[in-house]
Amino acid sequence: MGDLDAALDTFVEEAKELLDEMEGALLALEDAPDDSETINSLFRAMHTIKGSSGLFGFSEIVAFTHEAETILDQVRNGEKSIDDELISVLLDCKDHTAKLLEHCISSPDKALPEELQTTGKELVFKLTGKDETLSAVNAVVETTTMETVGEATDLDDKWIISLEFKQDALRMGVDPLSFLRYLKTIGDIDTVLVLTDEFPDEDVYDPESCYLHLKIAYKSNADKQTIEDVFEFASDDCDINILPPHSKVDDYLSMLDELESEADRLGDILINIGVVTKNDVAKAVQQQNAAGEGGKPIGKILVGKRVVQPEIVDKALNKQLHVKQKAAKEANYIRVDSGKLGQLINLVGELVISGAAMDLMVERHGLSDVEEVAETMNSLVSNIRDTALDLRMVPIGETFTRFKRVVRDVSKELGKNIELKITGGETELDKTVVEKINDPLTHLIRNSLDHGVETPAQREQAGKTEKGCIQLNAYHQSGHIVIQIIDNGAGLDSEKIVAKAIANGLIQEDHSLTQQEVFNLIFEAGLSTKQQASDLSGRGVGMDVVRRNIEGLRGSVNIDSVAGEGTTITIHLPLTLAIIDGFMVEAINERYIIPLTMVEECVEMNSGEWEVDEVQHYVNLRGVAMPYLRLGDYFNSKKSGKEKDKKTGRESLVVVRSGQNKAGFVVDELHGEHQTVIKPLGKVFENLAGLTGATVLGDGNVALILDVQGLINKAVKGER
Amino acid sequence: MTIDIKEQSESATLLIIQDEMTVYNVLEQKNILLPHLKADKELKIDLSGVAEIDSAGMQLLIMMKRRAKSINNQLILVHHSQAVTEVLALFNLTSFFGDPVIISANWET
Repeated sequence: MGDLDAALDTFVEEAKELLDEMEGALLALEDAPDDSETINSLFRAMHTIKGSSGLFGFSEIVAFTHEAETILDQVRNGEKSIDDELISVLLDCKDHTAKLLEHCISSPDKALPEELQTTGKELVFKLTGKDETLSAVNAVVETTTMETVGEATDLDDKWIISLEFKQDALRMGVDPLSFLRYLKTIGDIDTVLVLTDEFPDEDVYDPESCYLHLKIAYKSNADKQTIEDVFEFASDDCDINILPPHSKVDDYLSMLDELESEADRLGDILINIGVVTKNDVAKAVQQQNAAGEGGKPIGKILVGKRVVQPEIVDKALNKQLHVKQKAAKEANYIRVDSGKLGQLINLVGELVISGAAMDLMVERHGLSDVEEVAETMNSLVSNIRDTALDLRMVPIGETFTRFKRVVRDVSKELGKNIELKITGGETELDKTVVEKINDPLTHLIRNSLDHGVETPAQREQAGKTEKGCIQLNAYHQSGHIVIQIIDNGAGLDSEKIVAKAIANGLIQEDHSLTQQEVFNLIFEAGLSTKQQASDLSGRGVGMDVVRRNIEGLRGSVNIDSVAGEGTTITIHLPLTLAIIDGFMVEAINERYIIPLTMVEECVEMNSGEWEVDEVQHYVNLRGVAMPYLRLGDYFNSKKSGKEKDKKTGRESLVVVRSGQNKAGFVVDELHGEHQTVIKPLGKVFENLAGLTGATVLGDGNVALILDVQGLINKAVKGER
Repeated sequence: MTIDIKEQSESATLLIIQDEMTVYNVLEQKNILLPHLKADKELKIDLSGVAEIDSAGMQLLIMMKRRAKSINNQLILVHHSQAVTEVLALFNLTSFFGDPVIISANWET
C-alpha cells in the first residue's frame, strides 16, 4: 500500500506540473497559435494525465481528458484550428481536470459531485459538440474489432494470426496446411478464414503459385514468441502478423506498468513484455526506413500491421516518455524533499554557531597555532552555508508566469486589453520566500489591473495605446531581491488619497507629507480610492495586509507613481530567511545584529565632528540630515537611565539604509561582521516592534536581530 | 490419365480424380479440369480417389469454384475423400464449397 501511496503522490505532483505546463502552453498559444511544439506539449499533458489516471482507476479523469486529448490530437494533425475560443475552453478544461484530480485524491470512493459532472459535460459539449462521454469507450473498441473475421465469433480471447503467403511459397515447399496442422498441436484453431481476394483470373492463374491469405482466430496459452516460432522457417515466404488476444491486453498493460526497463525504444519496450516479437519490430523498422523521412512512427506501423493493439502501443509510448523524462530529469535534477533541505540548513546554522563558539575559545585561550585551522574551517563553513542556501534558491520566473493567467482572465472580465511583460524571471530567491510572496503579488497585480490600467476607451482618450501593459520585473540588489510591478496606467491620484486619508482620520488636514509618503498611504488599513468596490479590489482591505506580509518577510514595499503615466510598486525582499551576514553592535551590554547588507557606513558619534540635534534626534552627516536612534535607549530605557553616567561619549553611529530611507543607530560598541543564523522569536514576541528574530552567539548569549525598516520608520517619526 | 470422365450428359459432366492433388501435379490437373468448366454445363467432380491433397490442390479447387461462380455455373464436389474432408475442415472451407460432405464413421481425427 505504501508503494501505491508514493506512486499516487508522484502522480499528483506530476499531474499538477503537467497542468501548469499546459496552462503556460495555452497562454503561449494565444501569441503564437501555430507553434507545433507547444501544441504537442498540450497534447502530451492531457495524454499523460489520461494514461496515469487510468493506472489509478480514476475513470472520471480518463473519460474527460480523453475528450480533450482527442481534440488536441486533431489540432496537432491540423484537422482543427486553434483559436481564442478553443484556448478559453481548454483553459477551463485544465481547471476542470485539476478539480477532478482533487476530487479523486480527496474522496476517491465518492461519486463525482453533480457540479463537477455538469461542468464536465458542458466542457465536453463545448469541445466536441457531443453530449456524452461515450467515445472513450468506443475509441478503444472500434479499432480492435476485426471486421474481416468477426461474424459471430467472440474474438475476445483469441489470437488473430494473419498469414499472407508469397506467391513462391508453395514452390519453396511451404504449405499453409502444415501451419494449420501444427497450430492445432499447441492450441485450438477457432476459425480460419481464407481470403481469396488475391486470386488472379484463370488465364494467368498459376496453380503452383500461392494466392492464399489466411486469417486465423486462434486460442492458445502459448506466448507470442512460441506462436511466431511456428512460422519461423516460412518467414521468408510469408508475411506473418500476430495480434494478441484482446483479453490479454490488460495483462500486457499491467506488464507495462511493472516493467522496470531502461529501454527507451518503443520496440524494445514492446518486445520486453512479449506483445510483439523481434521479428515484428525488425520488419516495422525496415518499413519505416524504406519510407524514408516521411515514414510513420514504429508504433503506428505496428498497429497498422495488426500485430498489436493500439492501446498497448499508446501505453508503451507513455512508458517510453516516462523513461525518457526520467532519464532527462535524473541527468539534471534530483527531487529532494524540501523538509530535508530545511534540515540541512538548520544543521548548517548550528555549524555556524558552533564555529563561532570555537573561534571564541581559540581566542580566549590564545591558541595561536589553532587559529589558522579555525580560520580555514570558518571559511569552509561559510562556503557550506552559501551552498546550502543556494540549494533552496529557485528562479522567480515560474511564479511570474502564473500571473499570465490572472492578467488574462481579469482583463477579459474587466473588458480591458492588458499585456503582461515579464523580465528578470531568472532571478533567484529562497523557495520559502517565493511561496510567501505569491499572495501579496497576486493582490498587487489585481490592484493594478483593476485600478491602474484604464479601459481601452479611457486610454484612447488619454492619448495612449489601447493596449495596457503590466510589467513584472525582478533583479538582485545588494543581498536583496527587488520585485517591481510596473503599469502604464493612470497613476495614483494623490489628491484623492489625501482627501480619503483625512476623511478616515489617518492624517491631519495640515499634513506635511511628501508625494512619496502620500502614495504609501494606500498601504494603510481602510483606504481605497476606487469609487466602486469590485469583487477584485477596492474595499480598502488588502493593501495593508500586503504590506504586513512583505514586512513579515523582512522586506519592504514602496510605491511610486506619475499621474497619467503609470505606477511602479517596488518590493525589496531578503534573499533568504535562514542565515544572513550580520553586523554585530553592542549598546548597554546588549548585542544586536544588523543585516550587513543594510549597513552603509560606521562613523564615530561625535558632536564635535557632526552637528547633532539631541532634541529632534537628527544628525547632520556631511551635509545630509538624517534621523538617528539610540538603540540602548530604544530597547532598554530603564537601564539606560542608570548607566548613562558611565558613558564616556565614545559612541558610534551606524548608518543604515532600507530602500530609499536612511537613518543612524547610535551604539556603544562595534563587533563587526557575524554569520547570523536567524531563529524566530516565537509566537509571543512575533509582533515586537523593531525586532525580527534572534540568534545564538558563540558564547551562548542571545543577540537580537534588528528590523531595520521598522526602526528607520520609528526614527523618522521621532519615536523613542 | 488420372482424371477420367465418368459421365457426360447434355447438362452435366462428372469427372473423377484418381490421384493426389499436390503442388507436383496441380499444373497438369488445372489444364485438364479447366476446359470442362463451361458456361452451359454443370461440373461435378468426384474426389473419392484423392488420397492426398495439399494447399496447392485446395487452391486449385477454390479457383475452380470461383471461376464457376463468375460464369454462373455450378461446381459440385462429391464423394470427398478423407484427405479432402480434413483439409476442407482445416481451412474452414466446407461452407464455401457448399457441398454436402459425408463423414464416414471410421474417420480418424
